Amino acid sequence: MLEIVFVSTINGVLFGMLLFLMASGLTVIFSMMGVLNLAHASFYMLGAFFGFEISRHIGFWPALILAPILVALIGMVVERFGLRRVHRYGHVAELLFTFGLTFVIQQVVEMVWGRLPVNYVVPPSLNFSAFTIFSTTYPAFKVFELLTAVAIFVVLLLIIRRTRIGLIVQAALTHPDMVGMLGHNVDRIFMLVFGVGVALAAVAGVIAGPALVTQSNMAGLLGPILFVVVVVGGLGSLSGAFAASLLIGLVQTFAVAFDISLADLFGPLDLDNALGDYLNDIWNVTIAQVAPILPYLLLVLVLIVRPRGLMGMRDT
Amino acid sequence: MTGTSFSLPPPTPGGATSNPVLRYGIWVLVAAGLLLLPQVFSSGLAISTMCLMGTMVIFALSYNMLLGQTGLLSFGHAVFLGLGGFLTAHAMNMGADGLFPLPLMFMPIVGGVTGLAFGILFGAVCTRRAGTAFAMITLGIAELVASSALILRHVFGGEEGISVDRTELPQPLGIVFGPQIEVYYLIAAWCFVSMLAMYAITRTPFGRMCNAVRDNPVRVSFIGYNTTTIRFIAFSLAGLFAGIAGGLTAINFELVNAAQMGAAESGTVILMAYIGGTGFFAGPIIGAVLVTYLQLMLSDITNVWQLYFGLMFIGIVMYAPNGIVGLLAAQRPLLERRCLHRMIPYYVLALVPGLGALAGLSMVIEMTTQLSVSGSEGMSMSLMHIPFEADSVVPWSIAVVLLLAGGYGFLRAAAVTRNAYDTATADRRAG
Repeated sequence: MLEIVFVSTINGVLFGMLLFLMASGLTVIFSMMGVLNLAHASFYMLGAFFGFEISRHIGFWPALILAPILVALIGMVVERFGLRRVHRYGHVAELLFTFGLTFVIQQVVEMVWGRLPVNYVVPPSLNFSAFTIFSTTYPAFKVFELLTAVAIFVVLLLIIRRTRIGLIVQAALTHPDMVGMLGHNVDRIFMLVFGVGVALAAVAGVIAGPALVTQSNMAGLLGPILFVVVVVGGLGSLSGAFAASLLIGLVQTFAVAFDISLADLFGPLDLDNALGDYLNDIWNVTIAQVAPILPYLLLVLVLIVRPRGLMGMRDT
Repeated sequence: MTGTSFSLPPPTPGGATSNPVLRYGIWVLVAAGLLLLPQVFSSGLAISTMCLMGTMVIFALSYNMLLGQTGLLSFGHAVFLGLGGFLTAHAMNMGADGLFPLPLMFMPIVGGVTGLAFGILFGAVCTRRAGTAFAMITLGIAELVASSALILRHVFGGEEGISVDRTELPQPLGIVFGPQIEVYYLIAAWCFVSMLAMYAITRTPFGRMCNAVRDNPVRVSFIGYNTTTIRFIAFSLAGLFAGIAGGLTAINFELVNAAQMGAAESGTVILMAYIGGTGFFAGPIIGAVLVTYLQLMLSDITNVWQLYFGLMFIGIVMYAPNGIVGLLAAQRPLLERRCLHRMIPYYVLALVPGLGALAGLSMVIEMTTQLSVSGSEGMSMSLMHIPFEADSVVPWSIAVVLLLAGGYGFLRAAAVTRNAYDTATADRRAG
């Protein structure tokens, strides 16, 4: 039991930190530009596939640097020539533009790498077990993922708290129009923020790719959870996104670890009519089976209790 | 920078004509067209296609009650299509057992009531927020319902879904609904009634308040209306009509499965409404017909048809945000001044390099596909009946030249055309 709790906690924190790598970029982009980048998870997927392709030719470590830079360049091009043009048609058009982008990126990935999972494996230099806890060996790559995510989190925090760029970004979170009026080149800041934001998603893709399955549907699987994170945390709130990432990471990993249904707890139902069939479906489902829907249940619950999300300030 | 008011371009006040002949005549024409279509396109494939189009027209129009008329961007509209379909399928199976004696032709009512009920349930949660948060909540609810469908196997039939036999129901008028043509007329009738009803809703004070909530919610609140209530009613009504479409889908395919309420279906309806034009009542109708047709046609000739769809969608979002009907409506001032003929050379001028760029793009896409995915089948391929090798230099250079030169030519011609259009419409005002 203690073992399950310990391992699930590490895994949950790990998943939560990966979510936050993506949610942070998404939140900053949303706060500054008012547009929720629906293609954010697609950039995560691009990161994973670029990571796979580069590490196949020149190794994992260069991929860790190069793939996010490539994705950042693509992101900046998308912002400069796509989003900026669509901006004048309003926010629906912007959302729909990024929505169309998810289609295109997924199709391009399928066109180039196919629909089947690619063989993106843990690099040999990290392919050993870091430690053994109780009877479980914990792979070093997961420790590396966790450390990378935490390191980026700390660097990001330092940049936002201690540098001039961070100051402007912070100001833009709460007083976006004022920043423009103070004479900052808002267009260029947008482009850079968009680039950095999607690069963070790409980093998550590069380091999550070997641990999860690198496949053309990975954006579709993760995207909705990502949006749950930013809404539950409160749109535009970085600390909210952090809390929600960890919360959803932990909820999901713990739910998967518990293979218990209502029938296990209270015994089987003895109903022979048609209604019994329907009830049995609910009675026999295990917590592990409902794990995929828990984030969405959480979303609905949070919105009923607190429509702005956990730490949302603005009623957008 | 951050204002999230969902502003769409204002729709032109078309259709608000005071001439009763025009006003009612168009509906008579639509009805006559629906009746005569199977005479013109009488092949089995054409009739099945038109059945599908009819349900999709209702679905896309119901979606536009949210996106076009109330300014609510929903990513989970297929939930109502799916739930309406499932409940209709269960009702039909009960009807076949004699437990629920409703004739088949009224079965879509079950779908509609289901859609309305779930619209009220989900609307109570979603419509408390507008804008981006609303969009994300609908996405969450869609995922919630789609994932639950795989858990509640007895309700949703698991992976394979629920199948029905529409001919086993009571047949009061002696119509068996065996042949597809009978199903076509059923769908056409429901499509006509739904179109009429949804158009009527846009003409009511409530429909006008929806537009007001879309354009300026703050002002609506100040006048004394509750924006949440208006959004909630619009959301529930959209659920009702999507449910009817779902019921018709169940009757048409005699099968409902969880994929029908998935994210892909919700995405398709956004494409339909937006490509057609959300600012016009006719937009989603045109969009649904066109997208359904292209889906069937493109999937026959290319493996990556969804890529073409995505690119077309992005193109429309970037360059024609009023959709296809918007482009057509832009010709109206020219037509009124009888100077459309002056613009036609410009349109041709823009079209030629545009088509060239399109050909280049599709060559690049098809050759890339051949190189990567279908590479095991060899490099020989053909486009437009011209055979060539996908890994040789000549076709690639042709494609790149076509794409770059055509794209550049198109952008230049488009700028010239836009100027000419502005001049022509300015002339009109001056003269």
